[in-house]
Amino acid sequence: MSGSLTRRGAIAAGLAGAGLFALPARAPAISVPRRGGSIRVAAQSTSTADTLDPAKGALSTDYVRHFMLYSGLTKTGADLVPRPSLAETVESRDRITWSFTLRRGVRFHDGSELTSADVVWSLRRHSDPKLGSKMATIAKQFAEVRADGRYGLIIRLTGANADLPAILSQSHFLIVRNGETAPRGNGTGPFRLGDFKPGVRTVVTRNPDYWIPGRPYLDRIELISIPDEVSRVNALLAGDVQFVNALNPRSTKRIDSSSGHGVLATPSSLYTNLIMRQDRLPTGNPDFVQAIKHLIDRPLVKRALFRNYATIGNDQPIPPFHPYYNASLPQTGLDLDRARWHLRRSGLAGVRLPMYASPAAEGSVDMASILQEYGSRVGLELAVNRVPGDGYWSTHWMRHPMSFGNTNPRPTADLIFSLFYKSDAEWNESGWKDTSFDQLLVQARGEADEAKRKALYGEMQAQVHARCGSVIPVFITLIDGYDRRLKGLKPVPLGGFMAYQFAEFAWWDA
Amino acid sequence: MSGAAPARSALPIFPLVAKRVGSALITLLLVSAVIFTISGLLPGDAAQETLGQSATPEQITALRHEMGLDRPALTRYAEWLAAIARGDPGQSMVANMPVRDIIAQRLPNSLMLAGFTALVSVPLALLIGIASAINRGGKLDRALNIATLSMVAVPEFLVATLGVLIFSVKMLWLPSIALVSQEATWSETLRSCALPILTLTVVVVAQMARMTRAAVADQLDRPYVEMARLKGVPFRRIVLVHTMPNAIGPIVNAMALSLSYLLGGAVIVETIFNFPGLASLMVNAVTSRDMPLLQACAMIFCAAYLSLMLLADVVAILANPRLRER
Repeated sequence: MSGSLTRRGAIAAGLAGAGLFALPARAPAISVPRRGGSIRVAAQSTSTADTLDPAKGALSTDYVRHFMLYSGLTKTGADLVPRPSLAETVESRDRITWSFTLRRGVRFHDGSELTSADVVWSLRRHSDPKLGSKMATIAKQFAEVRADGRYGLIIRLTGANADLPAILSQSHFLIVRNGETAPRGNGTGPFRLGDFKPGVRTVVTRNPDYWIPGRPYLDRIELISIPDEVSRVNALLAGDVQFVNALNPRSTKRIDSSSGHGVLATPSSLYTNLIMRQDRLPTGNPDFVQAIKHLIDRPLVKRALFRNYATIGNDQPIPPFHPYYNASLPQTGLDLDRARWHLRRSGLAGVRLPMYASPAAEGSVDMASILQEYGSRVGLELAVNRVPGDGYWSTHWMRHPMSFGNTNPRPTADLIFSLFYKSDAEWNESGWKDTSFDQLLVQARGEADEAKRKALYGEMQAQVHARCGSVIPVFITLIDGYDRRLKGLKPVPLGGFMAYQFAEFAWWDA
Repeated sequence: MSGAAPARSALPIFPLVAKRVGSALITLLLVSAVIFTISGLLPGDAAQETLGQSATPEQITALRHEMGLDRPALTRYAEWLAAIARGDPGQSMVANMPVRDIIAQRLPNSLMLAGFTALVSVPLALLIGIASAINRGGKLDRALNIATLSMVAVPEFLVATLGVLIFSVKMLWLPSIALVSQEATWSETLRSCALPILTLTVVVVAQMARMTRAAVADQLDRPYVEMARLKGVPFRRIVLVHTMPNAIGPIVNAMALSLSYLLGGAVIVETIFNFPGLASLMVNAVTSRDMPLLQACAMIFCAAYLSLMLLADVVAILANPRLRER
């Protein structure tokens, strides 16, 4: 299996092999997963927009629901390396044309067999603008998706992209049945749909014919959502639910003080950043950007805002635990003298400027206040404009010289850079334009050699760190709370709830 | 209260009810227009909210077209109006199901919660109000006054949170969230709704009790009560038979106000207990800019409010013969 992913070469093969052997070897030492049990899980977000269509998933509840019901061609684990899942092999010589061989004998919940027609349908439908797929932009890379026999699949891309297996591991690309325009939960996933009421609850029961023998372990999962954080913690402590996500760092004390409950901290690449538009003044002035970058007290943000549930950031979007992290960059820190010097050079001392912060971008209001305080010490008058979260993304985000953004973990470095930092990206938040960066991005995307790739991404991190108008003070750690009888959980950096995939791995020990 | 009274009184009530229903329809129309206008002023629309932060302009345009949001606002309003006149509240833009189905899931929950709360709070409020009116100035009155006034003063999220901390987290007696589902038995449903009912009761009982006390006390000062006392009518009979019919008007009015709050104003309680009711559905509809759903919720709340008010007036008229004559 490890040799099937050619793009990662020898390094990936070694890693994958190590991961595969390490798990079964370690697991029995702790305890053997047991069948049975029924749990209730509460996520933070829900609405009447809750959906059974993987392409339309927008909130954590959706992702969890989709991973319970459907499976994907590939799957990304805790080490961020994608592995084949419904696909048995994934091969590509030029990283433009990819061929997949599907696992045989996999059955949908309705009993029909998974064939390449289902996969072709599932991938092609993202290109239909009427569907409103969240991955419509990424699906534009699919120049051609066609079946190659009953169990073969060919995807031809518009350009080389070594990350295709990682892209396909996202919940949006999970596989639905051929011809289903509005999927109703009929997938090949570990659980079958029992009851689904948008905005209220989802009940699933164990799929005894799941294609990985023995899994899943739980008999039944009820997925609800409790938007209010305090209520979520209370429900966990009162025993009404067994697993919750998106906890406030302040709540960890309450959970730790209960003997029956634990905190699952997941260091992630989620960040809230200060955006300085490069196409406007005064934020387009490079010295002004440098001054602001030296005005952020990162340890204070980490300690006071996130109670140390955060990783210090260095104004570039790749976190330290990522395989491509560039550790050689000097860490930017609070330095009032340097800030003053840059500010004098920019000729902008004494300038008055509003920062738009909102509860929609987690922690932004407090970050803005801290920055305001240090700004006043070097003669910079920054005002904090706190605006409501409702409608923030369409009316304020990227619309002012200084505003805050909030970026969720993405499965690959390429996605983060292409979505938020490429010159012509839709959400090039700071309006930063750099042709050498864009060239590196395309080069890295098609690069097969892992070491060269890391070097390319390292260089891109250095450029963003030095020149881009985006300040990333910290990466926010995701916090889940769980009942200690729920076993088999471990952090996966792509999201809470084990990157929304806990259902397949969790088991109940009682 | 002669036997002929109802026959005589029934007639003047019908024109009143007819007139009120007519004005209620006009009110509903105005409310729908106001809501449509105001929600149109909110930043973003259903297409943008559905696609979220990561939407591209082409995606938004496509979805807007799909949802029919690219047509002029007046056309959309007129279409909605025509549909609702036929009794069809339309299709939810976000959930892709008929608004009728969504409401059908939530309305029974809200009605159940409001009904149970009314069952608990109305007798309790009457009891408190009458007891303190009778004992005006006494120790019981003062104690009840302090209790009800502090209940009015404490915000409901505090009551709810304290209730959860004490009864579910510490004592583990009651569930901290209200799980309402079809397969749950009545006793399970009651148990899971106990804390929301308790919280809402605390919120609404105080105002009703205060109004009851004021109305009854006001009547007890009247000369006819003094006369009845002098005649030797037992005090209980004076309160229940002589003063209550006179006091019932303002009491029922206060109750109607409080109970109409139970349907639409229970947002905070619904949030804290995760109760799948109508109020949170409406908040949901606002944040997702789901206009048909929002309008339907607003219509229900408005209609409930108007009919409770109408009911209160009818009760007041039926209970008080003097109002019937006019």
